[in-house]
Amino acid sequence: MKKTGAQIIMESLIQEGVEVMFGFPGGYILPFYDTLPQYPQLRHILVRHEQGAAHAADGYARATGKVGVCVATSGPGATNLVTGIANAYMDSVPVVAFTGQATRAFIGKDAFQEIDISGITLPITKHSYVAMDTATLARTVKEAFYIARTGRPGPVLIDLPRDVQLDQAEFSYPDRVNLPGYKIPTKGHPTQLKNAAKLINEAQQPLIIAGRGVVISGAFEELKQLAETAQIPVITTLLGIGCFPENHVLSYGMAGMHGSGYANKALDNTDLLIAIGMRFDDRVTGKISAFAPHAKIVHIDLDPAEIGKNVPVHVPIVGDVKAVLQAMQKMIESTQHIDWIKRLEGWRKQHPMTEIRDHSGLLPQYIIRQLYEATGGEAVVVTGVGQHQMWTAQHYLFHEPHTFISSGGLGTMGFGLPAAMGAKVGRPDKTVWCVDGDGSIQMTIQELATLVQDKIAVKIAVINNGYLGMVRQWQELFYERRYIATPISCPDFVRIAEAYCIAGRRVTQREEVRPAIEQAMAHDGPFLIDFKVEPEENVFPMVPPGAAVGEFIEFPKKEVSTWPRRSTP
Amino acid sequence: MATTKHTIVALVEDKPGVLNRVASLFRRRGFNIESIAVGHSEVAHLSRMTIIVNGTTATVEQVRKQLDKLIDVVRVSDITGENITVRELALIKVKAGSATRSEIIEIADIFRGNIVDVASDSLTVEITGDEDKIESMLKLLRGFGIKEIARTGRVAMVRGAIGAPAPEEKVARSHTKK
Repeated sequence: MKKTGAQIIMESLIQEGVEVMFGFPGGYILPFYDTLPQYPQLRHILVRHEQGAAHAADGYARATGKVGVCVATSGPGATNLVTGIANAYMDSVPVVAFTGQATRAFIGKDAFQEIDISGITLPITKHSYVAMDTATLARTVKEAFYIARTGRPGPVLIDLPRDVQLDQAEFSYPDRVNLPGYKIPTKGHPTQLKNAAKLINEAQQPLIIAGRGVVISGAFEELKQLAETAQIPVITTLLGIGCFPENHVLSYGMAGMHGSGYANKALDNTDLLIAIGMRFDDRVTGKISAFAPHAKIVHIDLDPAEIGKNVPVHVPIVGDVKAVLQAMQKMIESTQHIDWIKRLEGWRKQHPMTEIRDHSGLLPQYIIRQLYEATGGEAVVVTGVGQHQMWTAQHYLFHEPHTFISSGGLGTMGFGLPAAMGAKVGRPDKTVWCVDGDGSIQMTIQELATLVQDKIAVKIAVINNGYLGMVRQWQELFYERRYIATPISCPDFVRIAEAYCIAGRRVTQREEVRPAIEQAMAHDGPFLIDFKVEPEENVFPMVPPGAAVGEFIEFPKKEVSTWPRRSTP
Repeated sequence: MATTKHTIVALVEDKPGVLNRVASLFRRRGFNIESIAVGHSEVAHLSRMTIIVNGTTATVEQVRKQLDKLIDVVRVSDITGENITVRELALIKVKAGSATRSEIIEIADIFRGNIVDVASDSLTVEITGDEDKIESMLKLLRGFGIKEIARTGRVAMVRGAIGAPAPEEKVARSHTKK
């Protein structure tokens, strides 16, 4: 039996296991929307701005490991997706975006709401399609999902002219794809595996730096086994957070610009850096010529183009992280690195992560720590971009993968709320916290309405300091405190929440922090806490731009103590 | 690091937008394409691109890898160091009056060029060869006054049996859902 293009898409989505999509309708995507009621198993969540749809699909994908789906109409609907697609591209997140398009005959004629979205998104998609034929639509959807989720994941866009959605064709879903130009490396070269194992077995001061590739590959057990067998300390990138339990005795936290002093010291001193599923971003390496100066580097990554892109490596291994680590298991000898770990522990004492100073004001670090304790580290925490993001990365201990969700590569302010929405839809069983800044949340605050309409119980902690704090920090440190365009006025967030029918409360005192968090979690539904924090608090440690990671600036005040970061032996 | 001229050969799917994807990638990674020539290959549905680009070995290698990641690019190789045949075709319209016409024809003969058009005040010479040959000929013809030049850009091929695996091998290795 023949089906319309829109029906073919729905059938294909069901074949791909899609349960939910985030979108916003409009003229040229109407046939798609009109078909939705025929497929009640497909849930559609109406966002308030298409950027929210793309971020929600992104958050959903990161929380579940599945492909996130977003939908927009042509023209402005499609262009509003762009930031979200770019964000997913930079952080290798599997997202499929459907955009409406003018009827085929109108394409290229500057018709109403007709824009070349596949052209616009060319450099920020893993692949894209302009579906010009209803008969090949099923194959297009099949390929799009396959490309989005396999290899190094990424966003794929399908542009759907209105008449292609309406035309009819026979539907049969292909069971395989034929993509001769699409290569997925798998196992890693045996010789390089041997070379890597030899270096690991001989190293005196080895260090693992793990990134999002470990999360994507699902190689947590393999990573843990490697670290434990050879007693190798583990540090992570921002997006690697959660791929190794941060309460593990061998965990030394996050490295890089706002990484822990001891993680960066370890980078400075290691003689063998085992980089797993990470891409040597400049926020991790600092000054590239001074990065890991004493180390040989083993780089394991699925993407051959990442090998040697930023940092020359001694042993390149192109392959799936999980498969590579499994293949290496038998070659790794059980060893101890007592002296090396002693040195790391020394640095841990010397450069502790900042604790809460004696201060009359409310410190954001304290809030994050209370959030960790109140949730037992069990929540999914989604952040916006800015100081609050770094404080969350530093002061919440993530025990599991997929529980820390943040915009790394693109650094997209406004990511937090819609991504948290997507995460909660994907993981209704989990408490989902959105930790956001007063600047960041105002970029996508309209999604509060989506939380209400679709009953998505996200808990929101606004770290409100009245500044675009991260930029202000740079102005304070590098622009002689000239606070240009960083003081930001805010609405009364509690009243804003109330106007959206969301419960909330304001917190100004330290004693209120824990009760407020408990109240939010006990509340049935979304909840917003407006934390009025110390306005000029800075994120430390910090590696100044252009400096080597070992040259981090520490908290200038002395009254700091160590936060015991370890629980399991 | 010294930049050198690299010859990159890519087999790409013959689909709309492919040239755009390739060109966009070069622009995105900050590469200036010196010349690009596209045409059908020996395999149906596959086109062959010959791209000449200036860069250090490391950066060109990076671009090769990035090109290889494009879904529509089936195979890509940097054949610079290999034993290759490189050819380019040029059409050169030269000012020619009765006094100079025979001299120009003589030069064209020496370079095994063809005269493809004659007018009262010009001659059009067609020449095929590597870059040096075309440049030498141009040098000689400049004295007469050049009215117009059209060049195809270079196409290249590895000599003999050496080369990358046949594209059919890759086609056969299609992917299926696990």
